[in-house]
Amino acid sequence: MSAMLDEPLTTTRLTRPRLPWTALLGTAVGAVAITALLFVLTPLQGYVGFILIAAVVYVIALTVLSAVVEGWRHAKDRLMTNVLLATVLFAVLALVGVLGYTILRGLARFDPDFFTHSMRSVAESDPDGGAYHAIIGTLEQVGIATAIAAPLGILVAIYLVEFSTGRLGRVVSFLVDVMTGLPSIVAGLFILALWIVLLGQSFSGFAGSLALIVLMLPTVIRSSEEMLKLVPDSLREASYALGVAKWITVVRVVLPTATAGIVTGVMLAISRVMGETAPVLLTVFGAQAINFNPFNGPQASLPLFVFNEAGQPNDTAIARAWAGALTLILVVLLLNLIARLVARFARVRA
Amino acid sequence: MKSRLSRNPSRRGDVLFRWAAKGSGALILVLLVAIAAFLIVEAIPAFQGDKANFFTTLTWDPDQTQVFGIAALVFGSVLSSLIALVIGVPIAVGVALFISQYAPKVIARPLGYVIDLLAAVPSVVFGLWGLIWLVPNLIPLSQFLNRYFGWIPLFASTNQTYGKSMFAAGVVLAVMVLPIIAALCREVFIQTPSEHIEAAFALGATRWEMVRMAVLPYGRSGMISAIVLGFGRAVGETIAIALVLSASNVITIRILDPAGATIAANIANKFGDAGAMGRSALIASGLVLFAITLVVNFGARAIVRRGQKGAKA
Repeated sequence: MSAMLDEPLTTTRLTRPRLPWTALLGTAVGAVAITALLFVLTPLQGYVGFILIAAVVYVIALTVLSAVVEGWRHAKDRLMTNVLLATVLFAVLALVGVLGYTILRGLARFDPDFFTHSMRSVAESDPDGGAYHAIIGTLEQVGIATAIAAPLGILVAIYLVEFSTGRLGRVVSFLVDVMTGLPSIVAGLFILALWIVLLGQSFSGFAGSLALIVLMLPTVIRSSEEMLKLVPDSLREASYALGVAKWITVVRVVLPTATAGIVTGVMLAISRVMGETAPVLLTVFGAQAINFNPFNGPQASLPLFVFNEAGQPNDTAIARAWAGALTLILVVLLLNLIARLVARFARVRA
Repeated sequence: MKSRLSRNPSRRGDVLFRWAAKGSGALILVLLVAIAAFLIVEAIPAFQGDKANFFTTLTWDPDQTQVFGIAALVFGSVLSSLIALVIGVPIAVGVALFISQYAPKVIARPLGYVIDLLAAVPSVVFGLWGLIWLVPNLIPLSQFLNRYFGWIPLFASTNQTYGKSMFAAGVVLAVMVLPIIAALCREVFIQTPSEHIEAAFALGATRWEMVRMAVLPYGRSGMISAIVLGFGRAVGETIAIALVLSASNVITIRILDPAGATIAANIANKFGDAGAMGRSALIASGLVLFAITLVVNFGARAIVRRGQKGAKA
C-alpha cells in the first residue's frame, strides 16, 4: 500500500480519556465541602471525624467520577491506590501516635531527680522517686547478657557458615529458626524452672541475664550468619592459598571483613532485649532499692519499673511510668538508629 | 578437612577452633531440649496436683483449692490474636504492597524505616499507651459498635461497661504485629520476578491488576507464612495484654466486655503472689504456650517449604 490513509480503519478508540490532576483537586475540595455541610446539619463533631469522613467521601467520589470518565478498570485501580495509601497512613499515624504521646507524657517527670533517685522509701503516691535503680539494673543485666550471648552467637554463626556439613548444621539452623519464635515469657519461665526452682538460686540480675541470653542468641546468630555469608569466598581462598590455617583465616580475615554487619546485628539484639519485661519479671523479680550486685538478690529493671508503675492507680506513679517509657524508647531507638547507620556506612567491602 | 601438607602448630589451633565452633552449635541443640525438658519437669507437680481437668477447667486457683485449668486462657490467647490478625493483616499487607509496588524509591526507603521503628518499640510502651490513651479513646467506638451491631453476639455487651477489653487488647496487638507481617510480606513482594510484572503491564493491566495477577499469587505462601508468624508473636505477647485486659477467667465471644484472659498475661499477673503449686501451674501453662508457638512456627515453615516446591515445579 503506497497511499497514505486519510481516515482511520476503524472508529473505535483504543484509549479513553484520563482524569487530569485538576479533577482530583476539585474532588477533594468537593469532599471537604460536603463534609462541612454534613457537620453543620447533623450533630457530628470532632476534627478527627471530619478528616475521616472527608477522606471517605473523597475516595468514593473519585471512584465514581473515574468510573464514569475512565472506565471501571481504572476506577478500581484508583480505589485500590487510595486504600493502600490509607493503610500506610494508618501505620505511620500509629507510630507517630505512640511515640508522640510517650514524649508528651514522659517529659513531665523527665528531670534529673528521676535519673538519680530510686524508689526506696518512696510510696507510690509520692511525687518523687525515680528510676536510678532500674536503669542500673537494666544496664547490668543487658551488659552481662551481651558479654555472653555475643561471642557465643558469633561462634555458632561461624560454625554454621564455616564448618557445617551434614545433619548437625541443618538441625542447628532449624532450631535457631524455632528459637526466634520463642515467646519471651517462655524464656523467663525456663530460667525460672531451671535456675531458681530446680537449682534453688535466688532472683537476681544474673538470672535475668540468662533469660535475656536465650532471647538474644537467635537474633545474633541469624544476623552474624548473614554477614559471614556475605564475605566473598575469594578472600578465604586467597588466605588458604597462602598456607594460612583455617582458624587464623576466620579470625584475621573473615571476621574483620564482617565486623560492621556483626556489630549491627548485636546492637539490634541489644535494643530488642532492653525492652523485654516478661522474662525479667520472672527472674529478676524487681526491687524498690538500688542493688549494684547482679549476682545476689532481686534487682530492678527499667521495663519492669514501667510495668509496675503503670499498674498503680496513682497519677504520680503513672507519671513515673511515662518518664521511664520515654527513657526506654529513646535508648532503644538510638541503638536502632546507630546500628542502621553502621550498617549503611560500613558495609562489606570486597 | 585435614591437610597432610601442613604440620605446623596452627593445626592444633584448627582442631581446637573446630571443636569450639561445633560445641557451640551443639549447645543450641542442648538449650532447646533443656527448655522443653525443664518446663516439663517443673510442670509435672501441677499436672499431678490438679484436682480438676487441666485442659477444660475455667477457674485458676492452684494455691488455695488446687482447682485450675487453661481453658479460658487458651481461648483468650487465640481470640485476642485472631482479632489482631483481622485488624492487622489487611493493613500490613497494604503497607507492604504500597512500599514494594506503589511508592517511588524516595518514599519507599524512609517508609520501610518507619515500619522497622514500629517493630523496635518495646511492648511495655505499647501496653502503657494502650492503657492510658487507647482504652479511653476506644470507648466511643465500642459504644457505637454495641448500639448498631449489638445483635451480633461478638459486639453484645453484658452490662454496658466499656474500657479494658479483648477488643482493646486486639487493637494493641494488631499495632504490634503489623510491622512483622509488613516486613516479611515486603520481602516476599520484592522478590516477584520482574518478568511477571512486566508481562502484566505489557498486556495493558493497571497497577492494581498487575498486583493481583503477578505479585499476590507469587507471594501467597510467603504471605501465609508471615501471617502465621504474626499469629505466633501475638499469642506469646505478655505485657501489653496484662496492662490492657482486665483479666477474668471466662470464655466469652463478647469482645467488648471487660473479660477474658490469655496464658501469658495470666502468668505475668499471677506470678507475684504464686506459691509453690501456683508457680508450677504457671509453668505448666507456659509449657502449653510453648507447644502452641512450636506448632505455629513449624506450620509457617512447612507452608513456605511447600510454596517453594510449588514455585519450582
